[in-house]
Amino acid sequence: MTTLHLQVNGKDVNLDVPESRFLSEVIREDLGLIGTKIGCNEAECGICTVLVNGLPVVSCTYPAFKAQGAQVETIESLSADGYLHPIQQAFLDHGAVQCGICTAGLIMTSKALLDEKQAAGEVVSESDIKIALKDTYCRCTGYQSVIDAIRQASGQDVPVNIPVVRQTDCEVGKAQPNPDALAKIRGQAKFTDDYDFSGMLYARTLRAGIPHARIRSIDTEAARALPGVQAVLTHEDVPGRNLHGIVDLDWPVLCGDKVRYTGDPVAIVAADTEVIAARAVELIQVTFEELPAVSDAMEALRPDASVLHEDRADGNLLKHIEVQKGEIETGFAAADVIVDKTYRTPTTEHMFLEPECAIGVPAGYNPDNFGGTCDDKAERGETARHDKTSIYVGSQIPYLDRDQTAAALGVEPTQVRVIATLMGGGFGGKEDIAGQTHVALLAEKTQRPVKMLYSRQESLQFHPKRHATVIRIRTGATQAGQLTAVEATLYGDGGAYASLSEKVLTRATTHATGPYQVPHVKVDCFAAYTNNAPCGAFRGFGVSQSCFAVESNMDILAEELGLDAVELRRLNTLDVGSVTATGQKMLESVGLNECVERVDHDMRGDMHGNDFRWTWQEGHRQYAWGLAIGYKNTGLGGGAPDKASAQVELWLDPAESGATAVRAQVRTSSAEMGQGLPAVLAACAAEELGIPIQQVNVLLGDTDHCPDGGPTTASRQTFVSGNAARHATRTVVQQILPAAAALLNATPEDVSFSAGHFTAGEKSLGVIEAIEQAVKSNIPTVAEYEYWAPKTQPLGTGGDMHFAFGFCAQATLCEIDTHTGEVKVRKVIAAHDVGRAINPMTLEGQIEGGIVMCIGYALTEHYIQEQSVPWTSVMARYKMPGIKNTPKIISHIVEHATSTGPYGAKGVGELPSIPTSAAITNAIYRATGVRVRSLPVDQDELLRAMRAGANEIELGWGDSKPIPVVTLGGEM
Amino acid sequence: MGHYDGRAQVVGGGTDLLLEIQQGRHPVVEAMVDTSRIKGLDLITNDNDHIVIGCAVTHTQIVNAEPIIRHGTCLVESCGVIGGPQVRNVATLAGNVAHALPAGDGTIGLLALDGEVEVTDANECRWIPMREVFLGPGKSSIDHHRSILTRLRFKPTETRAGSAFARVMRPQGVALPIISMAARLQLGDDNTIISARISLGPAGPVPYLAETAMAVLANGSANAGQFEKAAQAVLSAVQLRTSKHRASQEYRAEMITTHLPLILERAAERACNGDAVPVGVGQ
Repeated sequence: MTTLHLQVNGKDVNLDVPESRFLSEVIREDLGLIGTKIGCNEAECGICTVLVNGLPVVSCTYPAFKAQGAQVETIESLSADGYLHPIQQAFLDHGAVQCGICTAGLIMTSKALLDEKQAAGEVVSESDIKIALKDTYCRCTGYQSVIDAIRQASGQDVPVNIPVVRQTDCEVGKAQPNPDALAKIRGQAKFTDDYDFSGMLYARTLRAGIPHARIRSIDTEAARALPGVQAVLTHEDVPGRNLHGIVDLDWPVLCGDKVRYTGDPVAIVAADTEVIAARAVELIQVTFEELPAVSDAMEALRPDASVLHEDRADGNLLKHIEVQKGEIETGFAAADVIVDKTYRTPTTEHMFLEPECAIGVPAGYNPDNFGGTCDDKAERGETARHDKTSIYVGSQIPYLDRDQTAAALGVEPTQVRVIATLMGGGFGGKEDIAGQTHVALLAEKTQRPVKMLYSRQESLQFHPKRHATVIRIRTGATQAGQLTAVEATLYGDGGAYASLSEKVLTRATTHATGPYQVPHVKVDCFAAYTNNAPCGAFRGFGVSQSCFAVESNMDILAEELGLDAVELRRLNTLDVGSVTATGQKMLESVGLNECVERVDHDMRGDMHGNDFRWTWQEGHRQYAWGLAIGYKNTGLGGGAPDKASAQVELWLDPAESGATAVRAQVRTSSAEMGQGLPAVLAACAAEELGIPIQQVNVLLGDTDHCPDGGPTTASRQTFVSGNAARHATRTVVQQILPAAAALLNATPEDVSFSAGHFTAGEKSLGVIEAIEQAVKSNIPTVAEYEYWAPKTQPLGTGGDMHFAFGFCAQATLCEIDTHTGEVKVRKVIAAHDVGRAINPMTLEGQIEGGIVMCIGYALTEHYIQEQSVPWTSVMARYKMPGIKNTPKIISHIVEHATSTGPYGAKGVGELPSIPTSAAITNAIYRATGVRVRSLPVDQDELLRAMRAGANEIELGWGDSKPIPVVTLGGEM
Repeated sequence: MGHYDGRAQVVGGGTDLLLEIQQGRHPVVEAMVDTSRIKGLDLITNDNDHIVIGCAVTHTQIVNAEPIIRHGTCLVESCGVIGGPQVRNVATLAGNVAHALPAGDGTIGLLALDGEVEVTDANECRWIPMREVFLGPGKSSIDHHRSILTRLRFKPTETRAGSAFARVMRPQGVALPIISMAARLQLGDDNTIISARISLGPAGPVPYLAETAMAVLANGSANAGQFEKAAQAVLSAVQLRTSKHRASQEYRAEMITTHLPLILERAAERACNGDAVPVGVGQ
C-alpha cells in the first residue's frame, strides 16, 4: 500500500488506504468530514464537489491518489475560524438553502468561481454562474436564490428576492431562513448516511431484476457461508406481517411467491462491509418462473392481461374513480364549440438528491459494548443507549413507518421508535416504506446497528414514481365563452403496488375540470396495476397531470372561440360562491381572480414599452407567452381523518448576558424535507408567545418524543401542524395563566394574554415571570394539542371534499430555437394564493423550486421503462432541470385568508408545480403553431413538425406506442 | 506497465473509464496507470510547426489556452462543451481521443484540425494520424495495456484560416450528443477556399471525416450556397442512424443541414477577420 499524502483544509494528512479509494471515501469515511455529501456516485449531480488545488472536482469518482500531494478543500474549511465565508452568509441571506443535501456542493463550486474571478479582478456575471454550476444540481431551490447569493458574495448589491406579504408586529409574515440552515451551510448537518454507530453492519437488498415472475426457490446458502456475512433474510424470516402499504396492504416486505416489478425485494443481507454485502447478494440464487409483463394501464385492463395480484376481485383494476355533476348531455347540447383531445403524461422521478438510507438499531443497544462511548444523557444518536428497536431515517411519515415496521417485526408499535434525521428532499417519494423495515429486521437478527444506503441506481429502480397518464378531455363552451360541460376519461399507471395510487388519481379526477365553474361534469378514471415501478405521491399529486390536459384544452378552446386566452379563463374561474365539480360550494379564500389579474398585468406590461404581443420572432428564435392556471387542495380531504398533534414546552434560559430568556420547543412528528416547516412552526409558536423566533426551537420526527403530526403530504403541514403548534402554545399559555394571575393579584378570568404579556386591568407582566411562578407552583409548562382539521366528505357525497384550496396563475415566456426545436423558458410570472404567507422566504423557495421542477416535467424529465424494465437505470439517463434551465421568476403572493388556517394560511408545497407545464406548451403552440399533446416536449419531434407544417404532435419521438384511443366513459 | 505485463490499463482523467468500471460496463482491472500526473505531459507547448498537447492536459487547460483559442478555435469550442467544469477540470483530451467514441466532442474538434497522436510503448514513440486510432465505437488501435497515448498535436491555423464547432444535445435521456460537427477553412485572399476539413459524429462507427464535402468546398468560394452544398454532400455520403432515446435519423439530418453551413460560415468569418472568440464554452 502506498501512503496517501494530502493537505485537507490546511492540515497535512497521511493515510494508508487502498489505491482504489475514491476521494469522497477518504473525505467522508477516513477523515470523517461528513459535510461532503454523495448523491449519485456517477459524476452526474455534482453535490460531492470539493476543491483540489483550487479546482472543483466531483469527489465521488475522483481517485484519491490522483490528489496525491494536493490541497483539498471541503465545506468544513470555510467557517473553520467560526466566521461564515461570504458565500455561506449569502446563501443564508437569500434563502438558497432548503433540504441542504446539495448545499456543500453548490457552495464549493461557487467558491471556486468566486476565487477565480477575484484573482482575475473580474465581476461575476449570471452567465459565469450558469457555466460554473452547470453540473451542480439542486432539486429544491430552482436556483434563482443560488444565483443571487453568488452575486452577493462577489460583492454585488443584490436585494433579497422576497415577495411582498402582510406582516404582523411579531413573526408572521417575516422572511427568515429555516432554523437548520446554519448547520447546513457549515456542512455540519447530519443526514442518515452521516451517522456511524459503533458495531454497525451494512445491508444490501437482492431485487427481482425482472418485472413479473413466480418465485420457485431462493437459495441463500452460499451467501450465508461468505465470511463477513452476519445475516441473510428472506420472506421466511419476517416474524410478523409480511406486507406493507400506505393505503392497501399489498406490498411484500420480502417477496415469497411472486415478484411484480424489477425493484421488488427478495432477500436482504447484513455484513461487515458494504463490499461483502454486495458480494453476498450476488451469491443468492433465485429460481423464477417468468410471467408476461403488463406495461401500461390500458393494456393491464384487457381481459387477457396477466394479473398481478391474483387475490383481487377486480384483476388489475386498482380503482375506478368517478366524478359526476349535472347532466353531461345537457351540457354539451348547450355548447357551441367542443374541444376533444387526448393527452399523455410520462412517468417521472422525484430525484431527491439524497438516496434513501435507513439505520436500524436493536433494542438494548449500548455503544459501550461495541467499542463506542455511551453518554447517559444522550437521547438519540451514536452515543445513546437504545431501549427499543430504533430506526433512523429521513421519512415523510414517521409514525406510519413505526407502525408498519412493528407489524413486520410482530411487536406492538410502541416497541419501535422512529427517529427522523434530516431529509435530503422528498417531494412525495419518501412516503412509502423503503429500507426501514429491512434494517429493523436485520438489526434485531444480528443485535447490531445496520445501515442500508441505497445506491442512486437502486433508488431509481425501487421507489414509487409519478403516474403516467392518458387523459381524454372534452370541453364544451358557448360562443360567449361560458363553459358548459367537461367530460374526461383518465387512465393512470399505478405500477406494481397500490401505494397512494387511489388517492393520487382521485385528485387527478376531481381536479379534471380545472379551477373553473362547470355546470355539467363527468369524469372517469381507471387506476391500473402494471409491472412498472409503483407510482405514488409526487408533488402535485395527480393534479400536475390533469392540469396539463385541462389547460391545453382551454387554450385550444379560446382560439376556436376567437377569445383571448386570459379572457376565457376570467369568464369561468372559481370564485367565492361557486361550486366545484364535486359539489363543494366555495365559501371563502378563493384568490384565483386576483392571481390571474396580477399575472396578466405583469405579462402585458413586460414588453419594454411596446404593445403586448403573444408571440414574436428575433432571428432564428421565436418567443411566445403561455398562460395556465391551477388549484390544489390543502390536506387529505375526501373524508379522511386529518389531524396533527404538537407539543409546546416553555422554560427559562439564563442567557450569557445574565438576562433570562423564554425558550420554547415545538415538538411534532411532521417532516422537514427542505420545505421550511421548522421555520413555520417556530413562527406560529413565537407569534402566540410574543417572542422572537430565535427563542423557539423545533424537534421533529422522534416518535418517542414528538406527538403524531401525520403524513407530510398534500400541502398540509403548514395548515395542520401550524394550527397544532399554535393551539398547543395557546394551551400552555392558558396553563400558566393562573400563575400570572397570582402574581397580578387577579382572578384568572380577569387575566388576558397578548403580545407576550399577561394583563389584568392596569397591571401586566411578561412570560418570564409567569413561567417562574408556574415552576414554583408546580404548574406544568408543557402542553400538547391535537388539532383536527375541518371535517371533509368522501367523493360522491356532494359535500365539501376539502377544507381549503390554493390557487395560482403562471405565465411563461418561452424561446423556441427554429434551428433545433429547442425550448427554453426565459421568464415566469407567477401569482399564488396561499391564504397567508407565514414566512415569505421559505415560501418563495417553494414557489421557485416548484416552478423549476414543473419546467422539468414539461421539457426534460422522463423515467423510461421498456416492457417494464427501467431504461432510466442511472442518473445520467434522467435529466432534471439544472441551473441553465432556470428562468427569471417574478412571484406575487396573494393572501385570501382561510378562516381555519393558521393566521389564514393554506398550503403551497404542490401548487407551484402544477400549471407550468401547460403554460409552456401553450407558449410553444403560439410560437410554432404546433400543439404538443405529450410530455415531455420533444425537440426532435417538434422541429420536424414545424418543418412539416404539422399543427400538433401527439407523441415524443421514440415512443414505441401511439397514444391509445380512449373511449369516453372507459369502455374498452 | 511492463511489470503488469498487459494486466494494467492506462487511464487519463478517468471520467469515462472509472464510471464504466463502477457501473459494470467495463471489466475490473488489476491496476491502472494514471498518465494525468506525468510531469511535462501536463503542458501545452509549441514544437516546430505544431501545437503539442500532453496527455495530462485537461479540457479546462485547453479551453483557457491562448494559442489554441487563436489557432484551433474549434478545439476550444468542442472541449468547452464536455460535461460541467468539474469534469473538464479532470478529463483529458488524450483520454477522449483514446476512448475512440464516434462523437467524442474534443475528438471531433481535433479531427477537423488534422490532429496527430503520439503513441509510446516500451520500445518506441511514434506519431500517427489521428484517424488511425479509431477502429470502431470505443475501439482504439492503441493497446491500452501496453502503450500510452503520450501527446497530441496539430498545426496552428495560418492567416486567413479559421475553425468552428457546434453540437446539438437532447434535453432528455442520455448525455451524449445528437450530432457534433467541426470545420476548418483555409481561405485565399479572394475568399476562395484553399482547403477545408469537416469532421462530425456520430455518423458511423468512428469519428467521421467528411471527405466528399471537403472536396465540394475546395477551390470554390466561401459562400452560403457552397456551404449548403457541403451539407448536402455530407448527407449523401453518410449513413445516419436513429439511436434509441437519443435522436432520429431525420433530426440528425436536419441538424447537419442547418448547422453545418452555420459552422462553415463562422469558420470563414474567423478566417477573414482573424478574430477568434470561442462561442458556447461551458454551455
